Amino acid sequence: MEAKQLTGSQAVLEAFIAEGVDTIFGYPGGAIMPIYDALYDYQEKLKHILVRHEQGGIHAGQGYARTSGKVGVVFATSGPGATNLVTGLADAMIDSTPLVCITGQVFAHLLGTDAFQETDIINITMPVTKWNYQITDASEIPHILAKAFYLAKSGRPGPVLIDITKNAQLQKFDYPGYTTCNHVRSYRPKPIIRKEYIDAAVALINDAKKPMIIFGQGVILGTAEKEFKKFVEKSGIPAAWTILGLSALPTDHPLNVGMLGMHGNYGPNVLTNECDVLIAVGMRFDDRVTGRLDKYAKQAKIIHLDIDPSEIDKNVKADVGVWGDCKETLPLLTLGIEQKERTEWVNLFKDYAQKEYDQCIKDEIYPKTEEMTMGEVIRIVNEVSKGEAIMVTDVGQHQMVTCRYAQFNQSRSNVTSGGLGTMGFGLPAAIGAKFGALDRTVVAVIGDGGFQMTLQELGTIMQTGVDVKILILNNQFLGMVRQWQQLFHDKRYSFVDIQSPDYIMLAKSYGIEGAKVEHRDQLATAVKTMLESKGSYLLEVMVGKENNVFPMVPQGCSVSEIRLK
Amino acid sequence: MKSPLRETLLKIRNMNEEKQEYTITVYTENQVGLLNRIAIIFSRRKINVESLNTSPSEVQGIHRFTIVVMETRDVVNKVVRQIEKQVEVLKAYYNTNDEIVWQELALYKVLSDEITEKVKVERLLREYGARAVAIRKDFIVFETTGHREETNRLMEALAPFGLVEFVRSARVAIIKESAGFHDKLKDFEKREPGEELIENEYLGKREAVFTM
Repeated sequence: MEAKQLTGSQAVLEAFIAEGVDTIFGYPGGAIMPIYDALYDYQEKLKHILVRHEQGGIHAGQGYARTSGKVGVVFATSGPGATNLVTGLADAMIDSTPLVCITGQVFAHLLGTDAFQETDIINITMPVTKWNYQITDASEIPHILAKAFYLAKSGRPGPVLIDITKNAQLQKFDYPGYTTCNHVRSYRPKPIIRKEYIDAAVALINDAKKPMIIFGQGVILGTAEKEFKKFVEKSGIPAAWTILGLSALPTDHPLNVGMLGMHGNYGPNVLTNECDVLIAVGMRFDDRVTGRLDKYAKQAKIIHLDIDPSEIDKNVKADVGVWGDCKETLPLLTLGIEQKERTEWVNLFKDYAQKEYDQCIKDEIYPKTEEMTMGEVIRIVNEVSKGEAIMVTDVGQHQMVTCRYAQFNQSRSNVTSGGLGTMGFGLPAAIGAKFGALDRTVVAVIGDGGFQMTLQELGTIMQTGVDVKILILNNQFLGMVRQWQQLFHDKRYSFVDIQSPDYIMLAKSYGIEGAKVEHRDQLATAVKTMLESKGSYLLEVMVGKENNVFPMVPQGCSVSEIRLK
Repeated sequence: MKSPLRETLLKIRNMNEEKQEYTITVYTENQVGLLNRIAIIFSRRKINVESLNTSPSEVQGIHRFTIVVMETRDVVNKVVRQIEKQVEVLKAYYNTNDEIVWQELALYKVLSDEITEKVKVERLLREYGARAVAIRKDFIVFETTGHREETNRLMEALAPFGLVEFVRSARVAIIKESAGFHDKLKDFEKREPGEELIENEYLGKREAVFTM
């Protein structure tokens, strides 16, 4: 019997089906037309979401990956299509989001000739991809795609870009079938767990008087939420999170003591510099978390659990580096440690929390001013959603406020651009987040600045009918930059005064219902209307123009120098 | 007051904080673009690569990079981990100069007239153990191998006698303590890496040198 003949394009789509892909975010163009032509026959099996810009496509892919736990898949054409992916790739790289991006490329014989829409996307994306590869012959497609999916999702996940020349997409070849990949000789997804480090960590934890846990997205990426919770509960150790770790442990858990870093909570920041053992789980000591490094947790013994060996000792030297997948290392720690209650130590966090509430939080979520605050909007969202919604944010003040105040009962509920801080991430990521979790409510909290960066994706919402609740917190400023200009640049407000169009009319033109709230007395009803609406909804809330996010660790200061006002 | 322990600690601290020459050895798959992937790890951190050699290793299909940088131990350690993290890199090591044996090759093009007429030049070449690799009517090409200073010295000595052209290769280095890569590779090919591939070599002896 003769082997089945497929085109390269068909082989790409067969690979997707074998990998369990159900949704593709993409935008067609000349060099990827053969794949789109093949897709025409696969519409039953593969849902393609036509975005309005490739950046929107890749952010949607990220949102999808973050809520579904699956690999996000993105299509773009060569040249400008491919370069428009770069921001999203950088974002996915730094936030460890599994993506497989397929870009079209000019015919192989035209490579290097400055052909129409030719760009060297492999070299452009090298620093912002976990792996990338250019396919020039169709016979490479099955095993390269298998490798791409394996690399994207295994170990520390990340974005993979596969560039396929047009001739390879068109080429017919003997299709050998698809075999998934689970081993690459030169690649070790996770380090071997070594008992001596587990033992050393257990000994440190058992001897600790004032231990503290700080956790990041590693817990979520490793699907180790249960293992983590058991570890926290048995050890009785207070746990604080990075914004990417948020929602891995329910926000109302008694040992969840809040957010770390620049706009984090008072207690966890101050007590980082008082604890005796600091246990970092799946986080990478970003400078926004640590503040000034030479004054960061110097008194503490550091235990660092990470799947990526290059993270250990990168920013903070670990006394015990527990290399490995936290889904496997956490249970080993839990087994070894003694069950403890650390009432006095945990109460110290509560004292700080009370102080922060009195001096800072109360006025933010129950303001006495006439102006509305971002904090009170998020509080009302919490009251209606009861912590069940997925919150997607853009970048800036509203992001910090949402991460600080939003409540979460379940994991994979907070989608935000953490490491790269990509303005314009929110709206497209929310679209992807909804496709990744169709049964859940998705609220996109976005500032007036970031919304105007990618608002063309309203068109994607219109065309697909996807249900996203858009909450614009409009302070008529590029708020976070304005806050810094106020605090550190003598109030010289340099180009942060930004005007907005009529968002409600804009939404209407896309067939999306909306409302604008300018007074507090309409707020609660408006939020409720938004969350209970059928289909997408845009709610614009006019908040105080010059409100600041506090607490704050000023840049160049130690975490214990956090300011409440 | 000088205690041996204090001495050792100071020495280690200096090793970590002072810039010195490190030779980085990288075993990789033979793949297009990998050179760039490795190069950008250095350029991203604004580290100058003093010398770079890449060629097939003793194991078929495996390439070996030898990279020389002037950096602190701390930075080199981080850079090497970033290199090792690349999908196509099998293993990366770094060594100080006293842990390796290394050579560079140099070629010198000298006018034939100068050599045949001047006894002094002949003596120089003998002294430096230079070997003629090409003899033409108008010029002769000599070759020496050695450390940078050695090949430099002959270049300087030949300069007054019409040195037409000079070129030097990148450093190649053998790690003294290394047992080669054959056995290691077998481990990589297994689905479950064996104990051979020790991951965390640091605990308790953080300052100990890297061994293969």
